[in-house]
Amino acid sequence: MSAVVDRTAGGARTTGPERGENPRGGRRGDRAVGAASQAVLVVWTVLVVAPLLWTLVSSFKTTQEIFASPFSLPTSLHLENYVNAWTLAGIGRYFLNSVLVVTGALVLTMLLGSMSAYVLARFPFPGRGAVRTLVVAGLTFPIFLAVVPLFFILQQVGLLNTLPGLVAAYTAYAYPFTVFFLVSFFEDLPAEVAEAASIDGASEWRTFFQVMLPMARPGMAAVAILNFVGLWNQFLLPVVLNSDQGNYVLTQGMASFASQAGYSVDFGALFAGAVTTIVPVLVVYLVFQRRLQGSVAQGSVK
Amino acid sequence: MVVFLGLPFCFYVLMVLYPFTQATYYSLTAWTGFSPEQPFVGLGNYARLASDGQFRTALGNSLTLLVVVPAVVMVASFALACLLTFGGSTAGSVRGMRGTAFYRVVSFFPYVVPAIVIGIIWAQIYDPSGGLLNGVLTAVGLDRFTDFAWLGDVGTAMGATIAVIVWAFIGFYMVLFVAAIQGIDPELFEAARLDGAGRVRSALSIALPAIAGSVRTAYVYMGILALDAFVYMQALNPNGGPDSSTLVVTQQIFSTAFSQGQFGVACAMGVVLALVTLLFVGLVFAVFRLLGVRGGARG
Repeated sequence: MSAVVDRTAGGARTTGPERGENPRGGRRGDRAVGAASQAVLVVWTVLVVAPLLWTLVSSFKTTQEIFASPFSLPTSLHLENYVNAWTLAGIGRYFLNSVLVVTGALVLTMLLGSMSAYVLARFPFPGRGAVRTLVVAGLTFPIFLAVVPLFFILQQVGLLNTLPGLVAAYTAYAYPFTVFFLVSFFEDLPAEVAEAASIDGASEWRTFFQVMLPMARPGMAAVAILNFVGLWNQFLLPVVLNSDQGNYVLTQGMASFASQAGYSVDFGALFAGAVTTIVPVLVVYLVFQRRLQGSVAQGSVK
Repeated sequence: MVVFLGLPFCFYVLMVLYPFTQATYYSLTAWTGFSPEQPFVGLGNYARLASDGQFRTALGNSLTLLVVVPAVVMVASFALACLLTFGGSTAGSVRGMRGTAFYRVVSFFPYVVPAIVIGIIWAQIYDPSGGLLNGVLTAVGLDRFTDFAWLGDVGTAMGATIAVIVWAFIGFYMVLFVAAIQGIDPELFEAARLDGAGRVRSALSIALPAIAGSVRTAYVYMGILALDAFVYMQALNPNGGPDSSTLVVTQQIFSTAFSQGQFGVACAMGVVLALVTLLFVGLVFAVFRLLGVRGGARG
């Protein structure tokens, strides 16, 4: 992959020295570089799309067809793969668990995160620097260091292997990212508005929820979308903290399905399960795609 | 203010920061998790890790990932981002390749696919008999790849795994770099071109220094991800691969803690992993400072 890029890069150098009106040779070289660059992008697109497309096509094939040839099209649309994945493999149930846990955690994270970020951004108080440093620390340390004690903390409060326990863990681990991102956002909001609101007699609560939060909507939306993708894809926390199969979330369910498929060999249903897992996030992405790309842009500037 | 910051922050301290310190303490004990005793053993667990061949293999593999994955992802995504932003025809104004918007949307797809599903899909692609990869290779006449087990061969398992992780992240960082490059004043590129700079020169002398802050942040994130890599490994080779060639520290922590019940040892491994992470982050920041990137996070 990178070798291809390098070759393009080497070609570009030869077109360098021309100024303004390119002599004919330079123009031809330029076109060659352009064609090579376009080729690189096409190859890259194929590399991205082919595995996903193959998964989609395979999800309509029977296991025999999948192993007969990786390229063959399904003889007929074997929609029973989806039914099997949804019911027999329990993907339907895991899907519902994922929706419940992610929704709960997302709402909590955004609420707690925005309140904390607001205070950290707007009110100087002793120890503010230390609090900020501790938030960044939570972003840097590997979660793996914390999972063992976390397991026992949840056990002690009786939330191990429960969905509320997962919501709590998801929220806590999405909190530092949310605060970190939103602090810089609240800092950029004009201070005069908040001051005007409090002079008009609005309480801190009202100032925050009715004045500041609506102003922060673009930043909130961006963080919410990134959090949604992150929480929906979360794997380690549920695997450690939630070993009750009835409470599995989608990622866990897919992992256990994949490890069982080795024995019962319903690969058609495995692919169907994969498609079922991808589609909701892909839809959210395609709908909010502009906003998400914008938020990535913001993240890169902060 | 107590409600706004105090309560959420205490919750965060209890669930995230407190476990970190607790783990550090457990690493000095021979705790098995299910007995109330936590016999203090000092640095005994660490001494044991130092002589534990399995753990050293895992640590070595994790370090391989740490060195290779961020470097490959950064170079490839930066190159693609340059093509999309100013790699277009040199006639007329500076612009990217045609179809930039399309490439941006498509490149982002892997990022929204859950990592475990990416792993599952690629495990099928690498499948010796029914997989897409061997299907393509044999179709173009490379018959020696018939039934070749990419994930089952010591020589290829790690490379194949790295390819999956790289595949998963290039698009995300490409989009990030595209956004950062678009924040640069286009006149800089125009001026450079009038002075005779080609695309490579523009990329290295204008784009790269201008977005160095973003690259540094991205490098740190990618490194932390590469040190984890747990999901991908669990999906591709749950047992550490042929001859433990893809066994990583996180898998070792997981099995030591939750299959063998040696929580003290597992926590010691976690501390080692955290130290490696901190060392890596410090190193990246130091290198970028030497290269003259300003201290602030803003690029």
